[in-house]
Amino acid sequence: MSSQTATVGGGVVSAGVSGNCLSRAIKSTADKSLHFFVGLGVLFALWGVGIYIVTLNPTMSQFVDFGPLPALKSLPEMWENGIIPKALSSTGYRLGAGLGLAIVIGIPLGILMGRIRWFQRLTNVPFQFLRMISPLSWEPIAVVVFAGWEQAIIFLIAIASVWPVAFATASGLAKVDPAWFKVARNLGAKPWHMVTRIIMPAITFDILTGIRLALGVAWIVIIPAEFLGVTSGFGYAIEDAREGLEYAHLMGLVLVIGVVGFVLDSICVLLIKRFSWHRG
Amino acid sequence: MAIRGTEIKIQGLTHRYSSRTGVTFNRVDLVSPPGEALAIIGRSGCGKSTLLHILAGILKPTEGKVLLNGTAITAPSPRWVMMFQAPHLFPWMTVAQNVGVGLSFGRWSKEETEERVTEAIKLVELQDFAAANVQDLSGGQQQRVALARSLVMEPELLLLDEPFSALDAFTRSSLQKDVRNIAKRKGFNIVFVTHDIDEAVIMGDRAVIMAGSPGNIVHELDIDLPDPHDRHDTAVQALRTRLMATFQEAANYKKPESATLAA
Repeated sequence: MSSQTATVGGGVVSAGVSGNCLSRAIKSTADKSLHFFVGLGVLFALWGVGIYIVTLNPTMSQFVDFGPLPALKSLPEMWENGIIPKALSSTGYRLGAGLGLAIVIGIPLGILMGRIRWFQRLTNVPFQFLRMISPLSWEPIAVVVFAGWEQAIIFLIAIASVWPVAFATASGLAKVDPAWFKVARNLGAKPWHMVTRIIMPAITFDILTGIRLALGVAWIVIIPAEFLGVTSGFGYAIEDAREGLEYAHLMGLVLVIGVVGFVLDSICVLLIKRFSWHRG
Repeated sequence: MAIRGTEIKIQGLTHRYSSRTGVTFNRVDLVSPPGEALAIIGRSGCGKSTLLHILAGILKPTEGKVLLNGTAITAPSPRWVMMFQAPHLFPWMTVAQNVGVGLSFGRWSKEETEERVTEAIKLVELQDFAAANVQDLSGGQQQRVALARSLVMEPELLLLDEPFSALDAFTRSSLQKDVRNIAKRKGFNIVFVTHDIDEAVIMGDRAVIMAGSPGNIVHELDIDLPDPHDRHDTAVQALRTRLMATFQEAANYKKPESATLAA
């Protein structure tokens, strides 16, 4: 709405970005950037100091590669020899497929839970029970049920992420003003209009919040899930680095996992801001 | 935007919410000619809002029927559109999107939708806010959007359930005049429920008073005045006094012994 104009009494009142607004925005961005870099700097300093203190003991000197500098130095090398791009692609595919499945199943499930009272009552206990089972505990069963480890990992991601999506969708729907359905029906809306034109836009914010939570859970689950059975992905790369005693690579990969997770979460936050219609 | 009026026939209409609750109203009969602005007034609980919801097809009668030019109302339809006490706009949409939402449920071309939305927005004088989010509008402006959203459907009958009761006096007065003017210009019927005697006289061609429990129409009064119905006009004030007296008389209405439940 920043560039909107309105004509009042023949004159044009501009609601655009004024000089004050612009300076406030610049100040706010500068503040945020300062906090971001100082926070990151403190984290790296604590990491470096911790490793320095540990390696003061000569018997622990091999841990020097766990420090921030060796980890940062290993990144270009791991990028060039394809470790990071390959891990990004494999883990990204599994995460995307698992999360995609969770969204495709979780949203309709959440809509049913939010719209149909008997369904919500019937499924509440079983779903809460399933939600509390650690996703990784499904791994032995998933390996038996699915033909390969690839599908088993995708299943683990899906089962870990489906609950936040479904429950956030249902909770969003519970907050929808029932009058909107009455108005829409009064204007000739059919059931599919209710879903596509009323329910979905009304709860996009809640769905995206659920996806953000699901992404966090999925990103935590996918790394240990890749420790076994597969020969690609960040989990495998970390295991491989540990077995090869390449501690700088190991810590470099941990760094990349953190950065990727942070970037994915930031994308979700941007989408939530973009699609949120809530004011205040 | 060519809107036409309709003849409304309410025949033996009875309603009860469930077998455990009392009858809301019993055997209501009423005819409204095409283009009439009909006010339904009465105290809370006499069933006037329920009657309006049945006219909109949102509620079903227990007995009896409502005919619009001979067609029975059994479900909501863009031909008979209801405007509620609160605007209930969709907050993720702009003014234009809210106004056109009913058209998006039907099979309208993009050009036709744009044309009708522009005209409806112009009718309620919100041209400068077409691209604004509805959350940025005042209460009165939001109610105008709700009015445009109803008008864009080109209904034969516009039903209003105390639509201006939450607005300030100036906005309410302006909208009352606007709705009547638009209805008369376009020729569609309006049926509105109100507690406000002034509103009934300013907007209506006829007022019916509901009273009793179960409710029924106990009085009616023609508001036979030339347009515009100005609240400062002596004829309007005289009719207001008459309607108030009739309303007070209706408040003492006792159900006749013979009025038994149809069920």
